[in-house]
Amino acid sequence: MSSGINWFKFSSPASFYPLAKKLAVGFGTLAVVFCAVGLYIGFFMAPTDHQQGESYRIIFIHVPAAWMSMFIYLVMAFWAGMGLAFNTRLSGMMASALAPTGAMFTFIALWTGSLWGKPTWGTWWVWDARLTSELILLFLYFGFLALQAAIDDPRRADRAGAVLALVGVVNVPIIYFSVKWWNTLHQGASVSLSSAPTMATTMLIGMLVMVFGFWFYSIAAVLMRARCIMLERERNSEWAAQYLESGA
Amino acid sequence: MNWGSWSEFFAMGGYALYVWGSYAVTAGLMVVELILLVLRRRGILNRFGGKS
Repeated sequence: MSSGINWFKFSSPASFYPLAKKLAVGFGTLAVVFCAVGLYIGFFMAPTDHQQGESYRIIFIHVPAAWMSMFIYLVMAFWAGMGLAFNTRLSGMMASALAPTGAMFTFIALWTGSLWGKPTWGTWWVWDARLTSELILLFLYFGFLALQAAIDDPRRADRAGAVLALVGVVNVPIIYFSVKWWNTLHQGASVSLSSAPTMATTMLIGMLVMVFGFWFYSIAAVLMRARCIMLERERNSEWAAQYLESGA
Repeated sequence: MNWGSWSEFFAMGGYALYVWGSYAVTAGLMVVELILLVLRRRGILNRFGGKS
């Protein structure tokens, strides 16, 4: 390597473990700050919606949670694919660490959507394309978690989970474009690069700040879980044994 | 400022159940996830950690 930078340095759990702690603390702090600012904008600066009244304020968690549910799945599928392609240990651990947080945000997106649907559409649930494909996403996360839990050998569990994660990735664009492809009760995209914003600027800013807050929270939580998985799986290797022996 | 008083704030224009139901469950799940992660870490350190 003549470039002087070792790109693979952090692909080994031994060197990623301490880095993950620093990153988790940093992103956790950012998450608290962004969520606090986002909630302040959402509740105290953003005006009342002239059609939906105050019920629209659910948007400040609904849209960020829905975005994270899809984004985390894409990242999980990416690590799963990397694990299959390069057979690196850390990739599978990252995929496993992402799944519970992704499932949680999928559930939050469905839950808040239901509570928003009741006052605005008059129903908790409809079997339309957007809602159904998001529910399928939740089942994909559950399937991934159940499959991994059912296989004792972690490396085999990683490979089996990776195949499921990669097959399921087709569902993500279906969710995202469902409001365009089908006639659904769900409104169109809240934010689009090709058209002027349909929301008041303060609403949009509050929502985007919350997106960053949820994003940073996810990074922190996933890294905390990844550190647990690294210790569990590598406890007999030199670095982890030393770390555990030192009383941590 | 949107709210004349705290009770107006908590009433959310009549949508309190929907708005607070959304926020409470979201915040609750995030806090529970973090607690579970801390407990998982403690469990690992208890089981495999050194005696010190």
